[in-house]
Amino acid sequence: MLSVSKPTPQGTVRPAMPHVPPAAAIPIGGAGTGSIRNFSIIAHIDHGKSTLSDRILELTGAVEERSMRAQYLDSMELERERGITIKAQNVRVSWRGHTLHLIDTPGHVDFGYEVSRSLAACEGVVLLVDAAQGIEAQTLANCYLALESDLTIVPVLNKIDLPAAEPDLYASEIERVLGIDSGEVLAISAKTGEGVEALLDAIIERIPPPGGDPHAPLQALIFDSHFDQYRGVVSSVRVVNGRLCAGDRLRFMHAGGLHLSEEVGLRLPAVTPTDALGPGEVGYLIAGIKDVAEARSGETVTSAAAPADAPLAGYDDPKPMVFCGLYPVDGDEYPDLRDALAKLRLNDASVTFEPETSGALGFGFRCGFLGLLHMEIVRERLEREFGLSLIATAPSVAYRVRTDDDQELEVDNPSDLPAAGQIAEIAEPMLTVSVLTPSSYTGAVMDLCQSRRGSMTSMDYLSPERVELRYELPLAEVVTDFFDQLKSRTQGYASLDYDHAGYRAERLVRVDILLNGEPVDAFSAVRHRDGAYPYGKAITAKLAELIPRQLFDVPIQAAIGGRIIARETVKAKRKDVLSKCYGGDITRKRKLLERQKEGKKRMKAIGRVEVPNEAFVSALRLDQ
Amino acid sequence: MTVLDCASPAFGVYCHIPFCTHRCDYCAFATWTDRNHLIGDYMASCRRQARELAGGMPPVTSVFFGGGTPNLVPPSLLGDVLAELPLARGAEITVECNPDLVTPEQMQAYRALGVNRISLGVQSAVPHVLDVLGRRHDPQMVTASVDAVRRAGIGQLNLDLIYGTPTESLADWQRTLVEAIDLGPDHLSVYGLTPEPGTPLGDDPSRRPDDDEMADKYLIADELLSRVGYEIYEISNWARPGAQCRHNLLYWQQGSYAGIGCAAHSHRGGRRFWSVRTPERFIAAISAGTSPMAGSEELEPDERRVEALQLALRTSVGVPADALPDDVEHLLEPAAGGRLKLTARGRLLANEVAVRLGLPSEQ
Repeated sequence: MLSVSKPTPQGTVRPAMPHVPPAAAIPIGGAGTGSIRNFSIIAHIDHGKSTLSDRILELTGAVEERSMRAQYLDSMELERERGITIKAQNVRVSWRGHTLHLIDTPGHVDFGYEVSRSLAACEGVVLLVDAAQGIEAQTLANCYLALESDLTIVPVLNKIDLPAAEPDLYASEIERVLGIDSGEVLAISAKTGEGVEALLDAIIERIPPPGGDPHAPLQALIFDSHFDQYRGVVSSVRVVNGRLCAGDRLRFMHAGGLHLSEEVGLRLPAVTPTDALGPGEVGYLIAGIKDVAEARSGETVTSAAAPADAPLAGYDDPKPMVFCGLYPVDGDEYPDLRDALAKLRLNDASVTFEPETSGALGFGFRCGFLGLLHMEIVRERLEREFGLSLIATAPSVAYRVRTDDDQELEVDNPSDLPAAGQIAEIAEPMLTVSVLTPSSYTGAVMDLCQSRRGSMTSMDYLSPERVELRYELPLAEVVTDFFDQLKSRTQGYASLDYDHAGYRAERLVRVDILLNGEPVDAFSAVRHRDGAYPYGKAITAKLAELIPRQLFDVPIQAAIGGRIIARETVKAKRKDVLSKCYGGDITRKRKLLERQKEGKKRMKAIGRVEVPNEAFVSALRLDQ
Repeated sequence: MTVLDCASPAFGVYCHIPFCTHRCDYCAFATWTDRNHLIGDYMASCRRQARELAGGMPPVTSVFFGGGTPNLVPPSLLGDVLAELPLARGAEITVECNPDLVTPEQMQAYRALGVNRISLGVQSAVPHVLDVLGRRHDPQMVTASVDAVRRAGIGQLNLDLIYGTPTESLADWQRTLVEAIDLGPDHLSVYGLTPEPGTPLGDDPSRRPDDDEMADKYLIADELLSRVGYEIYEISNWARPGAQCRHNLLYWQQGSYAGIGCAAHSHRGGRRFWSVRTPERFIAAISAGTSPMAGSEELEPDERRVEALQLALRTSVGVPADALPDDVEHLLEPAAGGRLKLTARGRLLANEVAVRLGLPSEQ
């Protein structure tokens, strides 16, 4: 993970978060930095982050009643449904003469980089833990991230109104795991409001105010951008030094663009334009940008006229880790899919896509994602917001292949893998995975990890009841329903965090699926040699169920290179006839034949075999 | 095959009788078991419609009373409709009959009206199969009905058979075929059981027939019937030479016909139209002097030509060789005039072949 507060090795860069005393005398954006507190809430899903955010908005008078939406900060429809935050939001509130910026962070491991950028905009975090469940793996990981960044941690146990709450137990767990004195742990109920005022007071007392020099050249950190169809890109910014003013010409130091600052403002949470943002302030920036790739998380904005020497530290270009082909169910929708991906990318620069052709699925795109959840979200957004009906191929990872003639290739589509005979070595991406689970499920978790080719690196008891298991696992094994399996085997109690851990050479093979002798590229998959046969067996059986009978026998085979490892046959169709065709049937029969003819148009031809799109959709869905 | 090639103008009349004593589990026709009190009004309305249409009709070469159960209605009421029509000399006049209602007197009455063809709904010779179909007659009634037809001197007899009923074994089906052949009909219509949505059979997936077994049964019928001298002239119809049903041929030749009664279809001057579905609405329309028509369609010339090919493909006349692509070659065999017709296996896949039909190039 990245450290966000330390200078780069060159030593020329200003620290992103210098904890210097506030220059209280200088009025900035109406407030001195001494009265500013910037913080984030780190919490596991369902531990009450949104409820707490709402309560803070109410207590500070930012939102009168729940007149707007319940859980104000989770505004994207999908986020609300899944109860997670994907895009970081921020809101500015006042409490006892202080200005508080609450910066929301993405709540999923796929968005680790975005979390790190959100934390880079803060001086402290509220660690929110469910008093009935204790700390979870990802919360812990984000907490370590905050500690590495020298942020102040305000630990809070939530839901103390629940009968099952055990605040003392989990306070001591926090002490043991994070080294924070259990006496510092606050106990609240975001639901009833109990303890929330004391929490706001603690935020002011414990979290240091931001530093920064208003007279230094402008350095502002973008920690989120989204695309608004009327305003273009709207970025969330944290000013570190200097002043970000409306009307200034700005330079985006990483992307290299020059843009006019059209509007800067605050979210109170209603969007409120202002003249300028000073050091320590958090707000938004609109600069006539049409593509979020021009204003990505981690970008440093400076003045075009008087630029800073160097950008803020910690910029990274997150690399896609999981890939799949996305194809329109209706081939005519290919241009729509292209437009939709381009629009979606305006809002999510971490998605990659390039055109791809599949013999089975026609024209589509090879897309890259930060992780499996990210993939699902993008796909759902494409279907929901753009009205597309899509087929997704099985998720794949990027393999590194060394060929016999010593070429190095990176292959993210199994059907692009060279023939087995030409591969000298094939390596796959690995993860270090941390699972936190009640100790009674230790065996179940170990079984799962071992069945996914995992090797254990450590096992630590956080308390007699809770254990942290650390494994090294191939990413490919984690992207195929590992998370679902983990949840079901531990009745939802285990939590997961992972980090990328390089590549490892393995005995991997490509399994091809042949329909009537023709390979169906959409089903080609890279598997460990030991897993190849079960995969071949399962997918051929599945396809045999889904492919309608044709006018001839259709063999469905799984093969490694030239060797067939599994076979099924769809027997030739024998009956498709309307028995009766008299006066009253003629019109009906003609319409029926027209429908049947239309149906044929919607089928994909694999060689001579006609396969309805739905068969691919079902088979690929089952595969996941 | 002379009838199929006959160029003389033919014109048919179909009269729908929507009444039954009992509804069979597979039936999706416009028929009711609780409206027999309407029979008098309904038949009077049919008669009136026949009278109104008669003026515009060419000589009628065939009449078909279908249903429903036409022999539930007193013969004289059918006769009243017949009397309104300009019948051609030697017109084929068919009445569909349910064996459990056939009597010698009924058949004699039909004979007197000029009825010369009876179509009997036999379905199966096996009692447990008849049970599953929801049919109430027993096999002896069929023998007695055939006897009555013959004694009345009605020249032509068709038997309707159904295969593919759940619980029907291959042996059951063979027995049905053999017993039907033993009755010596001139004509056999053999239908695969079709589960129509909304019927007790169609709504119960466990009672759906298996396609492979259906195919086997069809091939058994084809084999047995051709061996004893019946010629297939349409997917589901076999006849002794010269005994094809002229009325049904009209349908497959895109010929003209008028429908009388509710839910009856007409085809005249290139336009297809059909009347309201219920007897009540039909009676109301006729007594109000308004049209009982519920819908109609008129095809573009090319659509019409494709439809003609689709219909011809069902028959032994077949289609021009260049109307079909090569990938169904194995389902076709030569027919007269350099045309192609479906083989027995091809007939089972007639829809697959029909959707490949294209208009042949002009010659």
